[in-house]
Amino acid sequence: MNTESRLEKILASGELAVTSECGPPRGARPEKVREKAALLKDHVDGINVTDNQTAMVRMSSFAAGVIIKQMGLDPIIQMVARDRNRLAMQSDIIGAYAFGINTMLCLSGDHAKFGDHPMAQGVFDIDSVQMINMVRRMRDEEVFQGGAKIDGAPKMFIGAAANPFADPFELRVMRLAKKVKAGVDFIQTQCIFNLDKFEQWMKGVTDRGLDEKVHILAGITPMKSVGMARYMKNKVPGMDIPDAVIKRLEGVSKEQQPEEGIKMAIESIERIKQIKGVHGFHIMAIEWEEKVPQIVEQAGLYPRPKV
Amino acid sequence: MITAEQKPIPEIIQYIAPYGKILLVGCNECVTVCAAGGRKEVGLLASALHLNSMKQGKTIDIKEITLERQCDPEYVEELTPYIDGVDAVVSMACGCGVQTIAGRYKKTPVFPAVNTRFMGASLGQGVWAERCKGCGDCVLGITGGICPVARCSKHLFNGPCGGTSNGQCEIDPDVDCAWRLIWERLKELGMEDRYEDLMNAKDWRPGGAGGPGKIIREDLA
Repeated sequence: MNTESRLEKILASGELAVTSECGPPRGARPEKVREKAALLKDHVDGINVTDNQTAMVRMSSFAAGVIIKQMGLDPIIQMVARDRNRLAMQSDIIGAYAFGINTMLCLSGDHAKFGDHPMAQGVFDIDSVQMINMVRRMRDEEVFQGGAKIDGAPKMFIGAAANPFADPFELRVMRLAKKVKAGVDFIQTQCIFNLDKFEQWMKGVTDRGLDEKVHILAGITPMKSVGMARYMKNKVPGMDIPDAVIKRLEGVSKEQQPEEGIKMAIESIERIKQIKGVHGFHIMAIEWEEKVPQIVEQAGLYPRPKV
Repeated sequence: MITAEQKPIPEIIQYIAPYGKILLVGCNECVTVCAAGGRKEVGLLASALHLNSMKQGKTIDIKEITLERQCDPEYVEELTPYIDGVDAVVSMACGCGVQTIAGRYKKTPVFPAVNTRFMGASLGQGVWAERCKGCGDCVLGITGGICPVARCSKHLFNGPCGGTSNGQCEIDPDVDCAWRLIWERLKELGMEDRYEDLMNAKDWRPGGAGGPGKIIREDLA
């Protein structure tokens, strides 16, 4: 065990892990963070706190993570390469760890073009793979990226994202291998709707034995409506929504679509549980956090193990 | 080459409004090739400025000259015979040319007539695209001759982000994903295994993070 992370302990125990996420508010409203986190608290092993997702300014993941930590829960703070240089990253990592936050996710970040400050200069001093390597060295070698010794090294359990659906597909297992080489501990994948393609990717992962070096948590998003499915298919970069998903939602009345979306998410979890190398689920119920407990329970992932 | 685009005419007019005698200076290098500030563009801009003055019932005296290279003091010296006879200089060179003139002639204001854009290459008639960021530590030797610093919108060093769609960048379907290009090229060269080499965090000092760049060649200086 490298860290005190609850997620690490669950994964080490061999149980399927469950994480979910909460997007911080666009203003100084700590109660909003508490409300969202309270919806998830008994049903997940860690709560991702997004970092200015879709390049929109929000409460910092560090601050929202502290609020969640103070509730006695387990935040997983996300950090994007877009908004911070290596100095800012490292000081935030130390700061977060000083508040007891021990799990984080290293990401490139959506381009500023998609957000509400498209005129901003993206930082991208280091990329997500280099960030993983930096955080691992801070933990294991107790050194800053610049080489100096850290007095009180942050022991982070290190996550990253993987998108099995983006192009070029043949590069996607290799990209994961690079993150493994850099020192990543766990992966949360992009939302999975094309299960055949995900199985194909996982086969590539297990063929190379990467599943023995990194824990893969499969990304699950329940569709709220056929409109959401169409939007994700056409507008969200790197998303793979098969026509069958849209057809199935079209096949039920508007009122029934949310329930159908949840049913589909649960069916996906049941099928993905059978895939070798999957060690858990990351449930991203976008602005629909209240449905996470139902999904976790109906997918047979409740109660969560005590570690 | 260094690419540039002419500024909007109203902006240029605003700069020179207080002045009656203008020295309009083009450059025969990059800005000529990218049709932003060569002899031809100097002539066209002078006509536009004359026309504007006439519309306002004023007259403007414009001396046109195009230097071989505006970023070189040797050529900029050619302006000396004219400088005392004008109120202001309008330069159609890149920012390097504007500053060489400003550095040489302390008492005469210099205004830029173009916006300097990027170091780019020509893709065809009238099309230029960014190809180099001048990062000072070239990685093209390990990325198959395609630059992730200049051509990846997030200048990632270790492969494509999750936003690639149909081989194109998430910011615009007309922008190629640099890492898709790098990967295709590495495959063509039979160098696929190079992709899994970790590229370490970059030292940005030679590219400007270390302060304004300067090269001193002792053998030439």
